[in-house]
Amino acid sequence: MTEIGLGHYLTLGAVIFSIGIIGIFLNRKNIIVILMSIELILLAVNINLVAFSIFLGDLSGQVFTLFILTVAAAEAAIGLAIIVVYYRNSGTIRVEEIDKLKG
Amino acid sequence: MENFNLVLPEIFISLSIMFLLVLGVFKNDSSKTIFNISLLVLLITAIITINETFSVNRVTLFNSSIVIDHMSSLMKIITLIGAFLVLVISSAYLKSFKIFKIEYPILILSSVLGMMVMISSNDLMVFYMGLELQSLALYVLATFNRDQLKSSEAGLKYFVLSALSSGLLLYGCSLIYGFSGSTNFNVISSQLNSNEYVLTFGIVFILVGLAFKISAVPFHMWAPDVYEGSPTSVTLFFTMVPKIAALTVFIRFLYVPFLNLIDQWQMIIIFLSIASMLFGAIAAIGQTNLKRLIAYSSIGHIGYTLAGLATGSNEGIQSSIIYISIYVIMNLALFSCLLMLKRNNQYYEDIDDLSGLSKNHPLLSLSLLVILFSLAGIPPLAGFFAKFYIFKAVIEQSMYFLAIVGLLSTVIAAFYYLRIIKIIYFDKEKEKYDEDHSLWLKFSLTFSTILILLYFIFPSQLIDVVSRINII
Repeated sequence: MTEIGLGHYLTLGAVIFSIGIIGIFLNRKNIIVILMSIELILLAVNINLVAFSIFLGDLSGQVFTLFILTVAAAEAAIGLAIIVVYYRNSGTIRVEEIDKLKG
Repeated sequence: MENFNLVLPEIFISLSIMFLLVLGVFKNDSSKTIFNISLLVLLITAIITINETFSVNRVTLFNSSIVIDHMSSLMKIITLIGAFLVLVISSAYLKSFKIFKIEYPILILSSVLGMMVMISSNDLMVFYMGLELQSLALYVLATFNRDQLKSSEAGLKYFVLSALSSGLLLYGCSLIYGFSGSTNFNVISSQLNSNEYVLTFGIVFILVGLAFKISAVPFHMWAPDVYEGSPTSVTLFFTMVPKIAALTVFIRFLYVPFLNLIDQWQMIIIFLSIASMLFGAIAAIGQTNLKRLIAYSSIGHIGYTLAGLATGSNEGIQSSIIYISIYVIMNLALFSCLLMLKRNNQYYEDIDDLSGLSKNHPLLSLSLLVILFSLAGIPPLAGFFAKFYIFKAVIEQSMYFLAIVGLLSTVIAAFYYLRIIKIIYFDKEKEKYDEDHSLWLKFSLTFSTILILLYFIFPSQLIDVVSRINII
C-alpha cells in the first residue's frame, strides 16, 4: 500500500479542474452544464487549498476555502437568476442559440 | 490597535449600502432619493479618502492584509470620482428605458466597494474577496435592462466568462499559497527562492484571470459583446472604473510579491501588450456600432497601459497610471457625446448616426473632434502625452521592439478615429437630435473636453501626484 500524499490530492484537484474547463468549452447544449462546470472548478481549487493547508500546517488555506464556498454560492445564485431572465426573453437556454450579439 | 481611520472610506461606504438597501425596502417610490443619497455617499467617501489617507506614505493593517499607500489612495479617488460622474450622467438614460430603480445606484456602490478593497489588498484572500464583490455586482448591472434580449445575453456572456476567469485565478492562488506557504504578498516575496517553476505556473494562471478582467488579448472575446449589449450607462461604467482597480491589482501583484521573477513574467506582459495594441487597432476598423468600436479601442488602450507595466521600472508604473487616468477622462467625454445622440426618447449608437453631425450640432461635433484626436494620440491633446510617457518609459528600458509595435498600432488606430471625424464633418446630414440634455451631462462633457484640451498647460499637477508612487 502506498501512502496517500500531497501529490495525490493535487492530481485529483488538477483532474477535476481540467474536467471543469473542458466542460465549459466542449459543451454545446445547455447553460446549466456550464454552471456545473464552474462549480467543479471552484471545488477543485478547494481540494487544492485544503490539501496544502494540511500539509503546510497552516490554517489560512482552510479559511480561504470557506470564503470560496460562500462566494461560489452567491455566484451560482446570480448565475441562475441571469439564466432565468435570459430564458424569459429568448425562450431557450441552448448554448448554440446565444448569438444575437456578433460582429 | 489598528488605525481604523485609514479604512474609514470602506467602512462608510459599506454602512451606507446597507442603509440604502433598508431604505429602499421600506419606502415606496424611493428611487430618486436613493439615487441622490448614493451620489452624496460617493462624494463623501472621496473626501474622506483624501482627508485620511492621501498623505499616508505606507501603512499595512490587519496582519498586513491591507495596505494603504500613495497608489491606493490615488486610485481610490479616481475610482470614486469616476463612479460619481458615471452615476450622475446616467439618470436621464435610465429614465428613458424605465430602469431607473433603487438597485442601480446600490449595485454601483457595492462594486465600487469591491474595487476599493481590491485596490488596497495586500493578500490573496482579500484580493479575491474584493474581486468577487465587484464582479457579482457587475454581472447584475450588465443584465440591468432585463426585459431586453440583448442586455440579458450580455449579462449571461459576461457571467460565464468572468466566472471562468475567476476560477483560473483561484487555481493560481491555490498553487501560489501551496508553494510559498502564505497568502500574504510580502511573505510570498520572501519565500521566492524555492519552487520557482511551480510559482511561475501559479503566476501564469493569475495573469490569465486578471487579463480577462481588463480584457487584454487573447482574453478579450467577452468585451465587444458585453459592451454592445449592456445599457450604455453601464457600458460607460465598464470601460472606466473596473479597469482602474484591475490595473492597480496587476501592478501590486507583479511588483510586490514577484518582482524577483521578472524574467518569468515580463515576456507574458509584453506579449499581452503587443497583441492587445495590434488587435485593438485592426479589429476596430470594420465596426459599425459605436459601442463595439469603443470596446475594441479600449482593448487597444489597455495594450498601451500594459506596455508601461512590462518595463519593470517605477517610471513604467507611473506612466501606466497616468495613461489610465487620462484614458478614463477621454472615455467619459466620448460617452457623454454618445448619451447626447437622442431623438424622441430613442438613443442612437451606430457610426452612421453621426453622419453630418457638424451641420446641426457644431459644438458637439467640435468636442467629438477633440476627443477623437486625443484618443488617436495627436499633439497637443492629453492622449498624446499619455502615450508619450509610456513610450518614454519603454525606450528608457531599451525595449525598442515594443515601442515600434506601439507606434505602428497608433498609426493604424488613427485610421478608424479619423474615419469617424470624416463621417461627422463631410457626410450627408441627418435629422436633428434633441438638445434638452441634463445639466450634468453638459457639465461632464465640457469639463472633460477642457481637461483634454488644456492638459498641456498644466501637466505637472498630475505628474507630481503620480511621481510619489514608489512600488519597487
